[in-house]
Amino acid sequence: MASETTNTSDLADTLGKLIRRPEFGTLIGTVVVYIFFASLGGAVFLGAPGWSAFLTMAAEVGIIALPVGLLMIAGELDISVGAVVPAAALTTALVSGHYDMPTWYGVFAGLAVGVCVGFVNGQLVTRTSIPSLIITIGTMFGTMGLTLGFTVMIAGSTGVFMTPDPSAKALLGSSINFMFRATIFWWLGFAGLIYFFLHVSPWGNWIFALGGDRESARNAGIPVARTTIGLYMLSGFAAAFVGVSQVLTFGSAQVAAGQAFIFNSIMCVVIGGVLLTGGAGSVIGIVLGTLTFAIVNQGIFFSGIDPNYGSIIIGALLLIAVMSNDSFRNLALSYATKKKAG
Amino acid sequence: MSDKTPVLEMRKVDKSFGPIDVLHEISLKVNEGEVLCLLGDNGAGKSTLIKTMSGVHQPTRGEMLMDGKPVSFNRPREAQDMGIATVHQFGGTYPLMSVGRNFFAGNEPTKGVGPFKVFDRQKANRIAVDEVQKMGITRITDGDRLVGGLSGGERQSLAIARAVYFGARVLILDEPTAALGVKQAAHVLRIVNEAKRRGLAVIFITHQVMHAMAVGDHFAVLIRGAIAADFRKGEKTREEIADLMAGGESMADLEANIEGYMETHDGHVPEPAH
Repeated sequence: MASETTNTSDLADTLGKLIRRPEFGTLIGTVVVYIFFASLGGAVFLGAPGWSAFLTMAAEVGIIALPVGLLMIAGELDISVGAVVPAAALTTALVSGHYDMPTWYGVFAGLAVGVCVGFVNGQLVTRTSIPSLIITIGTMFGTMGLTLGFTVMIAGSTGVFMTPDPSAKALLGSSINFMFRATIFWWLGFAGLIYFFLHVSPWGNWIFALGGDRESARNAGIPVARTTIGLYMLSGFAAAFVGVSQVLTFGSAQVAAGQAFIFNSIMCVVIGGVLLTGGAGSVIGIVLGTLTFAIVNQGIFFSGIDPNYGSIIIGALLLIAVMSNDSFRNLALSYATKKKAG
Repeated sequence: MSDKTPVLEMRKVDKSFGPIDVLHEISLKVNEGEVLCLLGDNGAGKSTLIKTMSGVHQPTRGEMLMDGKPVSFNRPREAQDMGIATVHQFGGTYPLMSVGRNFFAGNEPTKGVGPFKVFDRQKANRIAVDEVQKMGITRITDGDRLVGGLSGGERQSLAIARAVYFGARVLILDEPTAALGVKQAAHVLRIVNEAKRRGLAVIFITHQVMHAMAVGDHFAVLIRGAIAADFRKGEKTREEIADLMAGGESMADLEANIEGYMETHDGHVPEPAH
């Protein structure tokens, strides 16, 4: 059997390995979608305006999709990110705008709000047997209510303005040529860190094991509760980061912003080949899935397709992506079986 | 044999959940290099007994001894640290993870220093493949292969090899052959023999008499939470054991099953019984 494997030519072997990688289907999707909208959108979509549009969107949703993807690989969902984004933005705006404290205090407070919501989520998920979907819907409404209540109580309106200091603005809220926002680079940075965490460091194994079989993971001595809580805190942090960067970019925060992140982040992750029930997925897949989603979302505006029908394309994309990911996953599994039989 | 100190021994262990008594005065012992088969129909208390041995439940009365010294486990982890490993039917393996990652889940080998510790994939794969092959499963050669692509028997064998590698002294196998095909069950039985040869004390839970007969040195039949019979290899025939387990019910069906397994044992591959 071993000789058979080594006899296979190197090229075919490399190609086979590439095809069996979990993100291969997603890569095809990204390329197809880009070519499709490039042919409709023309030079504008191919040039800087097009890239700036979809990269800006991809960066914001992508920063949240990364930890949401980790959670999904670990077999959990996080809906509360949609409420954490405005909660963090308003916290920053209240601290640094309404109370006029230094911007960094506000940034810190905003991020802390996200981490706290994540901590509460993690505690509830690990201490009860309620599905995380329900728990995080609960904390989402809780966070929304608190945000609205406190904002109206303190500021007297549902929007708060602030003027960030130059240093904070440069790091989090600036853009290159008024087109490529700093969040794009943060997104790529986070993607690199999370890639290391999931695929290179030994902790990544725990996350896959958690989603594969929670009970066995516990029996194998993996600290299930601590890992889960940590992941929720990470997703809370990421959502807060996006909220804070929004307020530093635009100089204002609104109570209503952020709902779109809930479904968008889940869609990016699922398009990226992460199994909704956990146990499989990759960071490259999540990044590609985010890009695909953002290209479609923004491409519709550039392509001249009636935006009213845009949602149909996004819905179809999701279903096609999941079907193709399933086929590629089965290919990876059945390949091994065939090799054994042959 | 019987003058050796047993690795694990239970003395008159009772287990009750509130007013419900599940186990009654269970006394068992298992020595190094010996396979103890626990036989019993569904609902006979096998699972509760396993969970008591592996630290999930604590005995209500009675005592447990390891190497002659009394022990009590407050949680499964404590039992594992003492070398009691439990392998459930499909437990301990994650279908969408590679052989190497599965083998080391929770005990990852690393290289590098400080926060830049890196999962040592090559080492993990090499050790995993080596260990599984040493247990006699030569068809696993690639540590990157996904476990979901292996057969049920190979997955079970991987889980057993893992337990052995991480220093198990007592191996509790919970119905390892129940969901397997005939050939795959033979695989697992071979691994059980290998574990026994290496000096592990094996507790093999099953309701398939032929599988028990193939590997067991010592048999205990559990009926309604009590040990109804306790005997050594060769002291009872298959028919007697089956009769004990079933309590005399539906012997015709049981006999049909046993016929099937006899054929397996001679090396012929029969049509699956179900």
